This record gives sequence, structure tokens and C-alpha cells, in this order.
Amino acid sequence: MGEQSSAFGSTPWLPVAASTYAEDVDKLFWALTALTVLFTVLVFSVGIGLATYYRRGNKVDRSRPVGHNTLLEVGWSLPPLLLGLGVFFWSAKVYTQVYTVPKNAKEVFVIGKQWMWHLQHTNGIRENNELHIPVGEPVKIVMISQDVIHAFYVPAFRLQRMTQPGQYTTFWFTPTKTGKFHLYCNMYCGTQHSEMGGWVYVQSRGDYRKWVASAVQPVATGGYPDKIGGLTAGQRGAALYEKYQCASCHSSEAVQRGRGPSLVGLFGKTRQLANGKKVVADDGYLRNVLYYPQDYPLAGWQQGMPSYKGSLSEEDVLQINAYVKTLSAAKPAPGSPQQRGNGVLPEQNNGGVSDREGARAANTDNQQWRYMYGGER
Amino acid sequence: MSVQAFDAPDGGANRGRVAVVDSQSGADREPESLAPDPVHAKVTEDGMPRWHYLNAANTIQSWLFTVDHKRIAMLYLISISVMFLLGGAAAGMIRAELTSPKGQVLSSEAYNKMFSSHGIIMVFFFLVPSIPATIGNFLIPIMIGARDLAFPRLNLVSWYLYMIGGTMTLSAILFGGVETGWTFYTPYSSVYANSNVALAIGGIFIAGFSSIATGLNFIVTIHKMRAPGMTWFRLPLFIWAMYATSVIIILGTPVVAITLLLVVAERTLGIGFFSPELGGDPVLFQHMFWFYSHPAVYIMMLPSLGVINELIAANTKKRIFGYSFVAFSSIAIAVFGFLVWGHHMFATSQSMYSSMVFSVISFLVAVPSAIKVFNWLATMYKGSVEFSATMYYALSFIGLFVIGGLTGLYLAALAVDIHLTATYFVVAHFHYIMVGGALTGYMGALHFWWPKMTGRLYPEGPAKMSAIILFVGFNLTFFPQFIAGYLGMPRRYHFYAPEYQVWHVLSSAGASVLAIGLIIPAIYFIWSLKNGKVAGPNPWGAVGLEWNIQSPPVTHNFDTVPVVTWEAYEYQQRDQDEAVLDRDSMPGAPSNREGASV
Repeated sequence: MGEQSSAFGSTPWLPVAASTYAEDVDKLFWALTALTVLFTVLVFSVGIGLATYYRRGNKVDRSRPVGHNTLLEVGWSLPPLLLGLGVFFWSAKVYTQVYTVPKNAKEVFVIGKQWMWHLQHTNGIRENNELHIPVGEPVKIVMISQDVIHAFYVPAFRLQRMTQPGQYTTFWFTPTKTGKFHLYCNMYCGTQHSEMGGWVYVQSRGDYRKWVASAVQPVATGGYPDKIGGLTAGQRGAALYEKYQCASCHSSEAVQRGRGPSLVGLFGKTRQLANGKKVVADDGYLRNVLYYPQDYPLAGWQQGMPSYKGSLSEEDVLQINAYVKTLSAAKPAPGSPQQRGNGVLPEQNNGGVSDREGARAANTDNQQWRYMYGGER
Repeated sequence: MSVQAFDAPDGGANRGRVAVVDSQSGADREPESLAPDPVHAKVTEDGMPRWHYLNAANTIQSWLFTVDHKRIAMLYLISISVMFLLGGAAAGMIRAELTSPKGQVLSSEAYNKMFSSHGIIMVFFFLVPSIPATIGNFLIPIMIGARDLAFPRLNLVSWYLYMIGGTMTLSAILFGGVETGWTFYTPYSSVYANSNVALAIGGIFIAGFSSIATGLNFIVTIHKMRAPGMTWFRLPLFIWAMYATSVIIILGTPVVAITLLLVVAERTLGIGFFSPELGGDPVLFQHMFWFYSHPAVYIMMLPSLGVINELIAANTKKRIFGYSFVAFSSIAIAVFGFLVWGHHMFATSQSMYSSMVFSVISFLVAVPSAIKVFNWLATMYKGSVEFSATMYYALSFIGLFVIGGLTGLYLAALAVDIHLTATYFVVAHFHYIMVGGALTGYMGALHFWWPKMTGRLYPEGPAKMSAIILFVGFNLTFFPQFIAGYLGMPRRYHFYAPEYQVWHVLSSAGASVLAIGLIIPAIYFIWSLKNGKVAGPNPWGAVGLEWNIQSPPVTHNFDTVPVVTWEAYEYQQRDQDEAVLDRDSMPGAPSNREGASV
């Protein structure tokens, strides 16, 4: 299983660093390790040295012992304080990267549920427990959980983020190395927590294009054969928009008709609420308005929107969001209602449930273990 | 009459350390206490005091309804030892299971219950009560010159609460199990978990009141019951540490109690606090939980830090360098400890700026800890260092505490934490603090005060050996976990990738060495109860009120209320020269140092 050992690189204690962020984290990690070794050696040698020199019975000068020395005590508090603050500023600087998403980042939507990852690319490809991305291009992950808290963790990227129910969390990275890297759930989520994971494939651009082409048809790789292509996330969203008759209130064209505001240009706008608050219409806002419309009474409009909490899954919401985003674009969106005639939803919402059944924890020799961890015992 | 406990240890050649006020005859203050009969000898043939708190009364009721802080300490000692055994057994199962990446015998469900049991038992029923409820209960009144705690009955109630809580949680674990982890993260614990969560939480809730009662008792006792002349800055540093601990206990524990109650309310009544499906916020739970549970780390740690002061002072025969800095560093840790809870949540939806504030305060809290370490080292300068078993424990503590503390900085550093949080790096870090720190301190304390508690000495040779075995076994168990964590091994994983196996196998091997280092003391402690040499009042040649009374003490501790006229750790030059501890040459009877006291 040569490929899996790639997770560690050539030396067993140096994990592969496969993102821009990883290199920065490693620098900080080793700087901290140097400090730790320095202080540990210092304390150990001073401690053992003093204890040995002043051991009972050793005839040494013990006259005029020192009880306290304020200057010395303040003095030796300073190096730890200053070094600590130095490390803080350094790490905070690196950390801000996680929150500074480049504009051109390719979005991937992730839904965590007990016990699998469900991922959707904007181009419509859906994957389970696997993520294929091209090397060198920034990727932004937008995540939500359908049940408990999970965490999306790729050690090779030195990054993780919790996947929470009820709220989107995001982070981004730029992969710098091609290869196959572990994807873990790193927040305890129940019985099969240690089987909730898979692989991130970072591919060269050529390989990635080939993969996209092949992924249009359902393919079976080592993981869950659940890649269904054909429609982009926006096109699926458009179909849902049609199915739930959203357009009867919310026009998808720049003209105002119906009881609610048109959604053209909505994404990213600041909305004035009737209670005086202002909110930015981001992914989280779009989701919450669908689920809890009564919490977002729009100034100047009669609040009459029903909650779609029971009818739209988190996955549906992400697709509708993708569609609404296309309405913001100036040019006619690819998933615009003109194209929606063939908007059949292929196996909408099967969500890989049957696969999950297949992954039931047979303690040894189960399929998911072999898939995630591969190697022989 | 009776024991002239307060003569200066050197028989008066020192200056008059102790004055005596008229005793209000402590003997009839408590019904079960018996004053030594002047007709009979005050010691038995083998040199043990004829009357002491252990044999003051022998009925079962005299133990179950005792209000003597020392007997309650012993009740706690037995109960937490049982808990430690159970928690340790769960740890053994975990380590055995993890020797193979595919698991050995347990199902994933059973594995999850195993690590949850380990965490719940060890944190709530061993580490939190360990030093305060045993060593603290036993020593706080004696160290400050009091005859009992301020509220002896409350003290007994606290033990019963602990027992009721412990029984509830244990039955939840034994009859069905709990698989939420000791952190009870929502909405998993409040909605999704299919196990005895409510019962387990109920037990923790009740045991929390036991902690609160103990903390309250300590605070009042330290404020109101110090002997005449025992000013704040004459207190042993262990008392300062226990005071800081008690403050954390009474401020923090109610918060976690409420939080856990809310989990139960959401779970059983469907009232939404934490589950988004019910209109709650799952991260709110983490805020409330860590508001207690981070300071709780200091509840477990500060008592050990206090113990180490006593061990270092007694084994160097010197006053702790920079007494007031060390005293205030305990208070500083207690205060700062309440302001860093958010560093457990850097990877959640917590805002970037909140995370930065929590991060910088976490770096600041490292400073008082560093001060303590430097001051201990400086105390050895010009001291008379005795390489006794207790010194082995103290030195081992300092080493492990330094590593545990410094690796905490990795996790306080935002960018690095995003990689390491919830991996084995975190597991290793907090075991360095909790086992390397708190448990080593507890073992050191047990050895140091065992002669005072039982009147008998343990054998020094095996004690030194087990201290070394513990140190080696501990490092072998947990150091590999730092590496596994940096390589990305997630915690709470039953199955894992084969790349990590080598580190897990090393760790499991270490765990068996660690276990040996704990079994040996258990054997010689029990052995010493009958066969140990009689300790006498002051086997270590230490100063401090507890070393001026007989071992084991009488029920009312002091026949006469001591008046303190000396500073803490007032070792004289001559204490260094003639430090005792050459116990093989000591007569079985109390050594010459307390000849004046019989």
C-alpha cells in the first residue's frame, strides 16, 4: 500500500505538508519545539545540578542562603512572558490566513452526518468521503452538520474545522502537493466515529480534468460509489426552486413581482431587517431564512414566508444557495430557469444511506476500515 | 499532662518557637475522642502512640458517622482509591485495544464506553477530589493549628454526597454504559446518545456539591480557624494552594452543575438549550462546560503544586525561595484560569478575535507556572538536598510539569492548535499535566504524609524504585502520543491507520510499566500498616505544625492550641547539618529529635 504511506513522507515522524498553511504551521511548530527543548534541558540540568551539588553530606558552602530576591524573580518572569507574547503574535498572524479567503477560491460544500462525509462541488459532482481537488488552486470549504458536531480534518494540510449543526463553518486552503491524504472526522460523534473519513485526492490539473470528465457518470472507486454527475449544484438548486414554487413569491429575474423581494443580486447584499438589525446575505443568512423566516422580518415587507425546515434538507439548502448565487451574476446564469425543464433530480437525497448500512461495524475486516486505513495488520 | 507537642524540635536549643495557651481540654470537645490515660504508658511496646485518631473508637458507626477530618480523609482515601482502580482498569483496556489498528476484542461501541468511563471516573471522581479531599482534609486543620475544619458535619456530608454521586455514575457505567466522552459535548449527549447519560450526569451533579462543600469548608477554615500567630504569610504554601483551589471550586463547580442539568433537561424534557433542532446552540454548551472545566484543570493541578513546595522545603531543609511570589502565583493561576476557557474552541465557529483574546491570556497564565518552577530550583541553591523517595517524586513532578506546561503553549498558539486540537497531542499534553503533574504530586503527598496519617514508615528503597518506574513508564506511555498527535492521529479513535501503530504499541508498553509503578506503592503502603517501622512525630526532620504532634495524631490534633511565633519553613542552619532520614539507624521508638515530646 505504497500510496497510503505517502501520508508520512520519507521520515516516520515528519508528516507530509501539503498546503501553504501547513508550511507556516510547521515552522511555528518546530520553533516551539526548539523553545521547549531549550527550557526543558535548562530546567533539568539546573535542577539535577543543584540537587547533586547541594546533596546532603556534600561539604559545600551553604552560608548566607538567599530567601528571596525581587529583582531576580521579576527578571526571570520576563523571558517566558516575552517569548510567550512573541509566539502569540506569530501564531495569530498565521491564524488570520484561515479567515482570509481568496476571492477566486473554488467552493466545496460539505455535509457531515453520522458517520460519513458528503461533499458537493459547484460543478455538480458529488462525492462521499472523498474530495478531489486540483493542486495549486485555493479551495473554500463550506460545511454544516446534519446531526451532531463533527470536524473536517486533513492532517497533511494542518487544518481542521468543526462541522456544526445549525451553522455554516468555513475554511480554505491551497494544496501544494499532489497525492492522497487522510480525511478524518476529528470530533467524537458516536459509535463509528473512527470510521467517518476517507481521502483527499490532490491531483494535477490534467488528472483533475480527467476525473471531472469521468465523474459525470457514476463511478465506483475504493470509496462509496455515489458520484452522480450531470447537473451543477446551481442547476439542482434551480430545480428545487421550481419544485417548491419559490418563484411564486420571489422573482428570479431582475423585475419585481410576487409578494416577496426578487432574489437577483441578493447574495452578498446587506439586508435591513424590521427589528432594526442589518445582516449580510451570505450562505448562513440564506439557510436561516429558509429554515427560520420568522426570525428575519425584512423591513418594508410583510413577513409571510413559511419555514422549509421540514421539507428541505441541508443538502437541498446548499443547492438552492448555489442557485441564488448564480442569480447575482450579471450575465444569465447557466442554471437559469430556462434550462430547468430537464431538471430531474437524480436520486435526490439518497445521501448514501444504503452505503452507510453497508458500513456497519463488523469489528474486523470491515469495508470502511480497509477503505480508510488500507494497510494489512 | 500528656504530650508536650510543641517543644521546639531540637529540644529548646532553638529559640522558643512555641508558646502555649491554656487548653480548653480538647478531649471532651468530641465524644469519640479519648484522651490518653495518664495511668498507662503513652506508647505501646513497639513505640506507636497508644491513643490516636485511628483507634479512638473502633465501631463501624464511629467511622461512618465520624466528624473527625482525619477519619473523613481516610474514608475519602479509600473511596478514591477504588475509583482510581476502576478508571485505571478502563485505561488498561483502552491501551490493550489500541495495540492493533483494527482493535483487539472490543466493539466500537464498547471502546467508546471504555474511554468515556475512564475520563469520567478519573476526572470527576479521582482527580478533582484526590488531594483536596484526602491530603487537604487531613492536613489543613493541622497545618494551621486547628482541631478540625470549620464545619465538621458538612465535611461528613460531602463524603456522603461523593459516595451517592459516585454510586450513581458507576451504576450508569456498569449497567449499560455511557459513550459521550467525559466532555458530554452537545447535541450528541443531549439528543443523539443512546446510553445512561442522564444518570451519569446526575451522579456528577451530586458529586459536584461534595466539591463545593469541601471548598467552602476549606475557605472558612483557613480564614477563621488559624491558630494565634499563624498569619497569612506564615501559612505553608500548601495552604495557599488549597485556598486558591477552593476559590476555583466554589466559583466554577456551580456552572458545570447547571450546564449538565441543562443537558439533562434537553435530553429528558426536550427543552432546547444546545440542540439547533430545538432552537439551541451547541457551542454554548462548550462555553459553559469549559468555563468550569478549564479552571478544573487547576483544581487538579494547584494542590499538587502546593504539595511540591512542602516536599522541596523538607528535602532541602530550606525556606521556599520567594515565598510570596509562589503564594501569589497560586492566586494568579486561579484568577487567570477563569479567563482562558475559549482556547478549547479555536476550531469551532468562535470568532477569530475571541480566539485571539483567549490565546493571549493562555500565554499569560503560563508565567505564574514558570515562576513556581524557577523558585523551586532556586530553593535548592545552598540547601541540603536529601534524595529521598519524596524528593524523587518532587523532581519527577518538576520535569513532567515543565514538559506538560510547555506543550500547552503549542495548543495555546492559534495556528498550531488548528492542527493539533483533538489529536493525540492533546491527549499527551493533558496526561502530562494530569498524571505527570497531579498524580505524581498526589503520590508524593501520600508518601510524605503517610507516616503522619498511619504512624508507620513505608520502605524507602522500594519507594524510590517505584518513583523511578513511574517516571519512566509515564514518559514511555505518553511521549509517543505527542508524536502520533503531530502526525495527525485523532483522539477517541477505535480504529486507526497502520502508520500510527508503532506509537500506540510503545504507549501501551509504557502503560504496563506505569501500572507496575503504581502497584508497588499499593503493596508496600498496605504492608506498612502492620509492618512498617514506627515513624515517630517527625521522621523527615521537617518543620510545620503537623510535624510537632504525634503520628498518628489524636482526634483533636492538639492538646494545647499552638501559638505560632515563627515563619513558614523556618529551617535553621543546623537543620541542614543534621537532617534526619538516616532511618536505618533510627530506633523503632520516636527518634531523638522528639525525645522531649514524650
